[in-house]
Amino acid sequence: MVLKVFFPSCCSSADSGILIGRWISEQNSAVILAVVHFPFIPVQVKQYLGEVQRVTKVSVSVLGSWSNSKQEKEESLSEFLEDLGTIFCHEPWIQISKEGDSKFWSCSTLQKHSKNPQEEEIILVYYDQRKVMLSHLHPPLDTAGQGAEDASKLSAIFDTVARSQVLFMTDRYDEGPIKLTHWQSDGVEASIIVELLKQASVPACMLLTFLLSLFSGICRSRVLKFWPLSFLWSKLSTCEQLGHRLQHLQVISSNKKAQNQNQLMRKANIFVSLLIDVALGILLMSWLYRKNRIGHLADTLIPVADHVAEELQDLLQWLMGAPAGLKMNRALDQVLGRFFLYHIHLWISYIHLLSPFIEMILWYVGLSACLGLTVALCILSDIIALLTFHIYCFYVYGARLYCLKIYGLSSLWRLFRGKKWNVLRQRVDSCSYDLDQLFIGTLLFTILLFLLPTTALYYLVFTLLRLLVVIVQGLIHLLVDLIDSLPLYSLILRLCRSYRLAAGVKFKVLEQQDGKPLRLLMQINPLSYGGVVQMYRLPTYSCYPRDSWASLCKKLFLGELIYPWKHKGDKQN
Amino acid sequence: VWLAAYGLFALRENSMVLSAAIFITLIGLIIYLHFVKIDQESLLVIGSLGIQVTSSYASGKESTIFIEMGQVKDVVINEAIHMQKVIYYLCILLQDPEDPQGVSEVVPLFQASLTECSKPRLDCLIEVYKSCQEILEQRKTAPQTN
Repeated sequence: MVLKVFFPSCCSSADSGILIGRWISEQNSAVILAVVHFPFIPVQVKQYLGEVQRVTKVSVSVLGSWSNSKQEKEESLSEFLEDLGTIFCHEPWIQISKEGDSKFWSCSTLQKHSKNPQEEEIILVYYDQRKVMLSHLHPPLDTAGQGAEDASKLSAIFDTVARSQVLFMTDRYDEGPIKLTHWQSDGVEASIIVELLKQASVPACMLLTFLLSLFSGICRSRVLKFWPLSFLWSKLSTCEQLGHRLQHLQVISSNKKAQNQNQLMRKANIFVSLLIDVALGILLMSWLYRKNRIGHLADTLIPVADHVAEELQDLLQWLMGAPAGLKMNRALDQVLGRFFLYHIHLWISYIHLLSPFIEMILWYVGLSACLGLTVALCILSDIIALLTFHIYCFYVYGARLYCLKIYGLSSLWRLFRGKKWNVLRQRVDSCSYDLDQLFIGTLLFTILLFLLPTTALYYLVFTLLRLLVVIVQGLIHLLVDLIDSLPLYSLILRLCRSYRLAAGVKFKVLEQQDGKPLRLLMQINPLSYGGVVQMYRLPTYSCYPRDSWASLCKKLFLGELIYPWKHKGDKQN
Repeated sequence: VWLAAYGLFALRENSMVLSAAIFITLIGLIIYLHFVKIDQESLLVIGSLGIQVTSSYASGKESTIFIEMGQVKDVVINEAIHMQKVIYYLCILLQDPEDPQGVSEVVPLFQASLTECSKPRLDCLIEVYKSCQEILEQRKTAPQTN
């Protein structure tokens, strides 16, 4: 079988020594982690390896010998290296030797205990140790549920390198019995800022946890749970968004360290998303408050509301006349029209009552935009909902009237044909009516039928308006969801350090020479952006359409009230 | 795009329309070259490691998929009926982890040239198929290590 040797590219220029790493016998492959240089005492090496094995639970052992001779081949060295094979017995003993600066190395294996000494083919695979150690291999999404026994071979290799971090602590420049070469030999990397942040984060977290527990205690107090207030809180999307962010903050500031990669990424994503949100919010706020834009906004708000109300009045006048050439029933028309006009009149007077306070309210409400852009957008959506409350009311009135009419019509139609709806059996049964029942029923039926166009028109107009408002609100909520759930940290990581998120590997065939083993370069194949977003999406209380198009149309036709957006936590009705 | 843009320009006397049309065409071309047009596809089969499929796009982007040998069940030539003709394509059958006899997924190779060339490519495919089978055979007849 073919023997695969995974060699770290940083050890290519190391001095001669012995190779230590892990031997994976099921795949006939050897993962080399470091090179131990001369001089060393075999007993100490074995001791050290035993310690490493105990700490990292990776079975590290001496795999072979490495000789890097600058001049021609030294005979004595090669014999010495072969003798080493007897001291550290390992099956098979791998010998790699490099002459001068040649790219092509010669590898051979010594099998002492095998019965059939056949010439094994060797494949030399170079890998970048630091990148493999830091990267996280993502299994393809459909096999994510399978057990770890049939985990891919590659994940075993990634695992080996990642878990042997303790091995990389000492290197050849340290004083000690063992001198190693691995990726950190070129210089130990550390960053002052990162260390400082780590130190500062612990007390910051504790402070944040304390504040949050205080705040959530206040929120949960009984005062705020009385019926009118709790109803209000549930309807305003701002409160939901604030609650959501509070939850996020709790996740970040918890003291437990992240267990695995997923949790770490989630924490980081939440943190970055919050940061960007608050930054954008503060930007928005500074833009709004500069040049007194809030004042302008407040000044234009009342005229806009007036304008909307006037437009509605014009619309109603048009409906009360002969809209689009249709002839309405005059009496019903006038009644409905006047009813709605009176409503608008009430609404306008309320708005005018509020107008001196609008600027103050807006000013203070605008301050809360510093909590984040999402909060500002939610407030906008709530303001739109409040301003178009009269449209909502009209829609409900129109819908109820229409719904009543439709039900009445359908039941009288059944009476017309001599049938009845059997509530017990949930089906239509035939029934014999008296003559006067039939007479009155038919009369009512004709009345309702001829009044249908008028009500239907009003219903249509107000439903369209309501749908418009709902669509606008839905778009805003979609934007808020997007900002909430986008894993910004993961995306930035994928952009800058793409080797950390690996979907797989790719091999490149390097130059070959006859008689020498096949050389391959193993590089990390990063996850695609779509894969990153799918994997690390933050869960949100997302809103998506509750009904399909068919049921929506049916509901519209029957006049049932529609609430098209469903939130994740809502119970199904 | 160009006809519409010129018509709009003649109507509106606004030169922005033409520059916008140029811009849109350029962007569209770049997107096409980077994401759609495949220049070259290559298959690398390493007997003990796996199969790697690389497609390189006209803009130089390369996308690679590597499938480990443990997941590969077989490489076959499949035929399909597309519009009015029968086309042959090479595909890799992936092993189903639960069912040793079953196939969990079929990965078609060399997608880009399927509908393009008119001359029969079956002979090219047969060459590739033969070489793949040689390597896969070695995997099956290699002695098992204990």
